Amino acid sequence: MKIAIASGKGGTGKTTLSTNLSVFLSETEKVVLVDLDVEEPNSGLFIQGKLLSEHIQYKEIPEWVQEACTLCGECQDVCNFNAVIQLGDSIMVFPELCHSCHACSGLCPVGALPMKPKEIGLIRKYKYNNLDFVESRLNIGEEQSTQLIANTNHFTDENYNNDYIKLFDSPPGTSCPVIEATKGVDYVVLITEPTPFGLHDLKLAVDTMRDLNKKFGVVINRYGIGNDDVIGYCEEENISILARIPNRRDIAELYSRGELLYDKVPEFGSEIISLWNNIRKEVEAE
Amino acid sequence: MRIAFTTKGDKWESMMDPRFGRTEYFLVYDDKSKEVTVYDNTDVQGEAHGAGPRTATELFKLNPDILITGNGPGGNAGTVLEKAGIEVYIGAGQMTVKEALEAFLNNKLEKI
Repeated sequence: MKIAIASGKGGTGKTTLSTNLSVFLSETEKVVLVDLDVEEPNSGLFIQGKLLSEHIQYKEIPEWVQEACTLCGECQDVCNFNAVIQLGDSIMVFPELCHSCHACSGLCPVGALPMKPKEIGLIRKYKYNNLDFVESRLNIGEEQSTQLIANTNHFTDENYNNDYIKLFDSPPGTSCPVIEATKGVDYVVLITEPTPFGLHDLKLAVDTMRDLNKKFGVVINRYGIGNDDVIGYCEEENISILARIPNRRDIAELYSRGELLYDKVPEFGSEIISLWNNIRKEVEAE
Repeated sequence: MRIAFTTKGDKWESMMDPRFGRTEYFLVYDDKSKEVTVYDNTDVQGEAHGAGPRTATELFKLNPDILITGNGPGGNAGTVLEKAGIEVYIGAGQMTVKEALEAFLNNKLEKI
């Protein structure tokens, strides 16, 4: 089973939920947690496991072969991302803008733009007690996180079979990286906070998941602050509220020390249990 | 000498556009012929990625020696402008085009 923990708004508790749910489940099940928030992976702050292996990740970018080029301009015309431009009698490639679509390379009539690998990030495999943990980290200065997320999904499929429950700590927002992180999963947990800002971004996330035809439900974090508008919205839209995590000082203190919560704060632990029961019910329901 | 400005309009009285990659217009002034050329760059608003290099390529076709702008180009656009041999002066983002030209002629703008 594959489950993504996502959100519209950032800072609503994706990592808190991902780490606690995965460690809790790993007490009785085979679980791998995959941190796909590659621009700032922080699950590792809470799960300091034993490093098992490191795997450098690449994307392919075109490299200009001046001797072969006839300066026809086809490469510049087909690039949707302005990553290949013709400047007088030379072709410039901007690796950070390139989405590795191969259009320029494949359509070049004289083969003057062969694709070459470029290092973009690093995947690390860890073991933390019974939990498998995969962290994916984008190199500083790289702009295209989507390719690394795709690589990491592939890596997870290759390394962990279907006996595993696979949890994906996703990036925030509703753009390409989130779509790449959630497109292969069976269920998406959208975590939000009960504030106007939280609700605004939750609506965007809900629209995205509906466009992707995903099963999803909502977790309300810091329940008790703000107002009841998130609950009202979920009721109106027939969206399941899977858990409500209370707003408590002891949770914030433990979190700020990088500690897990489910085994220390009973009111948090009980929400994790009901969250898991609700997810299972929703995944199994047709 | 051909001097290009990033602008929000097509007149000397128009305000400068402080942005490079997403500038609305270029106004290019040829100080020998006194001719002014206007280039409409508003299409670039539809570009999600790579506005800087694209705009720099369009500017290159206008064949200026000098660019006067506001905030200064980002890294990718800067690479193109450097390769194109265009000198870049910044700090004119809040001026009219006319004021920007005067500031340039009086050495009031910073070269990058």
